[in-house]
Amino acid sequence: MTVTPLTSRRNAARARLRAREGVIELLLRACAFGAVAGLVLIVLFVFKEAWPIVADPEVQKESSLRGYFATPLWQPVGAVPKYGLMPLLTGTLKVVLIALVFAVPLAVLAAVYSAEFAPARVRETLKPVIELLAGIPSVVMGFFALMVLASWLQALTGAAMRLNALTAGIALGLGILPTIFTVSEDALRSVPRSFREASLGLGATPWQTAWHVSLPAASAGVAAGCLLGLARAVGETMIVLMASGNAAIHSASPFDSVRTLAASIAAELAEVVVGSPHYATLFFLGALLFSVTFVINLVAGLFVGRLRKRLAGT
Amino acid sequence: MKRLLLAPLAVAVLAAPVLAGKPITVKGSDTMVILGQRWAEKYMNQNRGQIVTVTGGGSGTGIAALINGTTDICQSSRSMKQEERLKLRDRYQTMGVEIPVAKDGLAVYVHAGNPVKSITVEQLRGVYMGSITNWKDLGGGDATIILYGRENSSGTYGFFKEHVLQNRDFSARVQTLPGTGAVVNAVARDLNGIGYGGAAYAKGVRNVAIAKDEKAPAVMPTAEAVQDGSYPLARPLFFYLRKPPAGDTKKFVDWVLSAEGQRLAVEVGYFPLN
Amino acid sequence: MTSIGLPVVAPIARARRRLDLAGRTFTALSGFASLLIVLMVAVIVGEIAWNGWATVSWEFLAGAPREGMTKGGIFPAIYGTVLLVVLMIVALIPFGVGAAVWLHLYARQDAWFTKAVRFAVHNLAGVPSIVFGLFGLGFFIQFVGRGMDRAMGLDVMWGQPALLWAALTLALLNLPVVIVTTEEALGTVAREQREASLALGATRWQTVRHVLLPQALPGMLTGAILAVARGAGEVAPILFTGAAYYLPFLPKAPTDQFMELGYHVFVLATQSPDVDATRPLLYGTVLVLLVLTFLLNLTAVLLRARLRARLLGKG
Repeated sequence: MTVTPLTSRRNAARARLRAREGVIELLLRACAFGAVAGLVLIVLFVFKEAWPIVADPEVQKESSLRGYFATPLWQPVGAVPKYGLMPLLTGTLKVVLIALVFAVPLAVLAAVYSAEFAPARVRETLKPVIELLAGIPSVVMGFFALMVLASWLQALTGAAMRLNALTAGIALGLGILPTIFTVSEDALRSVPRSFREASLGLGATPWQTAWHVSLPAASAGVAAGCLLGLARAVGETMIVLMASGNAAIHSASPFDSVRTLAASIAAELAEVVVGSPHYATLFFLGALLFSVTFVINLVAGLFVGRLRKRLAGT
Repeated sequence: MKRLLLAPLAVAVLAAPVLAGKPITVKGSDTMVILGQRWAEKYMNQNRGQIVTVTGGGSGTGIAALINGTTDICQSSRSMKQEERLKLRDRYQTMGVEIPVAKDGLAVYVHAGNPVKSITVEQLRGVYMGSITNWKDLGGGDATIILYGRENSSGTYGFFKEHVLQNRDFSARVQTLPGTGAVVNAVARDLNGIGYGGAAYAKGVRNVAIAKDEKAPAVMPTAEAVQDGSYPLARPLFFYLRKPPAGDTKKFVDWVLSAEGQRLAVEVGYFPLN
Repeated sequence: MTSIGLPVVAPIARARRRLDLAGRTFTALSGFASLLIVLMVAVIVGEIAWNGWATVSWEFLAGAPREGMTKGGIFPAIYGTVLLVVLMIVALIPFGVGAAVWLHLYARQDAWFTKAVRFAVHNLAGVPSIVFGLFGLGFFIQFVGRGMDRAMGLDVMWGQPALLWAALTLALLNLPVVIVTTEEALGTVAREQREASLALGATRWQTVRHVLLPQALPGMLTGAILAVARGAGEVAPILFTGAAYYLPFLPKAPTDQFMELGYHVFVLATQSPDVDATRPLLYGTVLVLLVLTFLLNLTAVLLRARLRARLLGKG
């Protein structure tokens, strides 16, 4: 076949187009890689700045893993800095527990109501309300807790400290409620109609269906929702920073102020000198937070996978 | 077409900071932040074209910023510690320049309805270290003392720890708040609360008179008491710089130390140097 | 029924009624939970609106703060927020849409790299916002910024809290949202359209540019709006990457610090010197922030509903 001028021009155009397509695909692939790069960089740099805690003996003189559990006090600024992690861990645990105890029953019950019992009109009102709650920035929730909720709770419980684990916990619960609700409701809605119809056809009441058929079928999804709420609660900063009192008290009472890991980072990072042991400690706390939420999210993802398999297999 | 516009835009955006004039940055003490802002406002009104930005965060924040190089002037309500000066020397080969700019009385606040009117320094130490826990030990009613304090980045925290607690640890039960305003706010809403902070902030709460020891008279943080030293918790407020002030910065610092600047300090609720 | 005999039917009927009572209680409880949630949201929003609406006026929105934040307005905070969010979107959209397009059309779904990308997106979404703040400080300011200063021979210009770094930090924070919603939106465009375009000889990019993207625009917009709403509301990532309390000038260069609505609420609520005097301004600022994020989220929800309707309409 002879190559005419027309053919060669067309071939050249096609080659140019192909080259451009290749470049574009490369660019798009780079964008996707950006997401991976972002995550990797976060891990890299947060852990890098925290590395002196485990690697540098100079830093370890002031702040070390052993030291974190050797003292019950968190007083990183002073003549003798003390980096006791226990109060921060109990503080975080208390607030997260209260948040879950408050949010999980409410959110799951409401999700069941929305998916199983509610007439369409009610469901259409409930969803936007939950979305509105989800849209409230955490700084606004913290503001509300600080200005209003704390006083109400103090009047109700007679607690000595106005800003305490209970106040922060309930506000935090309000913050994670939409997450738990949405994921649980989605899971319940994805249970095939055939399940429900079969149960009702056999004579069960709607609630028996919900309790014995839908919830168990969607249980993995509901569990995932609770885990995602848990992860969000562990990492939440603004609400706790404003409403918990930030006192590093190591106690079991919900009426004591608490100081959480995330709030400590936020409160103290501004004053650290870059490269100091205090700086490295705060990054260590950040690395700890990242690891914990990472694991929880991983487990939640596994649960969602299990849900999909269970519902698809039938 | 869009790509053609992006290039010059990018250049302009990147070049902008180099072309703009350099403002004077002041960072640090939350106690001093209103004072700093008022100084900046008045100075800028008189010197159009000069920009002075003032941000708070606590004396520790300001000192860290000075060491990190992100501020020109650091406001501090405590003196720089030796290890901080050494860090500054490591980075900038200077031990820093300390300039006292005003005086402050560190006040102790209680709720307006609290009957306790005076306290000794030793009692105050006991309260904030956790050995005195009930108001009745101070002459008040039978109620648990609720402690409010500042974050450890605060110079007020540092001053209190050094001069009242004699470098010992705070009780873990002190609720730490990020600013003096927050401490005042908390004490104003808490009948059994106690807090500390700059004397200029005490709105809605009552200052407690402090006695140096059991035999000395209890003194309120008034101008005279702070000036003549009879108020036990009087403290100087500082500007810290890396190098001796020069150029625009020197003009600003000189103005702050002038009669006009000192008068403004009194207006805000502090006390002049002399 | 009577043919069965009363002794047999009665216990079953009684049992069913007993079960019914438990069932009714449970149903009522779940309904009550829903009502409680609605009430709580109403109380929160209502309390803020009640205390804040009197403050919000044109002067409040357009004026600058005066007299130690006890008077005046919040215009610099609004301006700073807008600038921050615009910069964030400019950085975010190309990367987010690019990644979503790649995932939707170019990627082999079973390849390990594709799985890695999806894994990264899923996990980025779960990183706590304060860790993003740490990242912004440790990477953008200390590493990139300081590096730029050293390369350009400057003392400290890029290696400090600045609008640019805060915007980039927020962009990374919101990357998952944009990728997920854009991919979702691309998925709503009927397969036939994509296949027809490819069959007619169009390249993949031509298909994306002329067929998929225009139709996926509402979905992309949803993602962008959700990102904007979150960017305007998150405070933890910008605490150390650029937000400031009081600046006498509006930010002009990407190295400037900026005032921001959420940060302003935080500082006013916790550090203002005269709490009673700033209370009205504080509530006003909170209300403005709340209304802003609410309107943004509402728009996104409506767009998403339209998208879903289109998807269902296609069958």
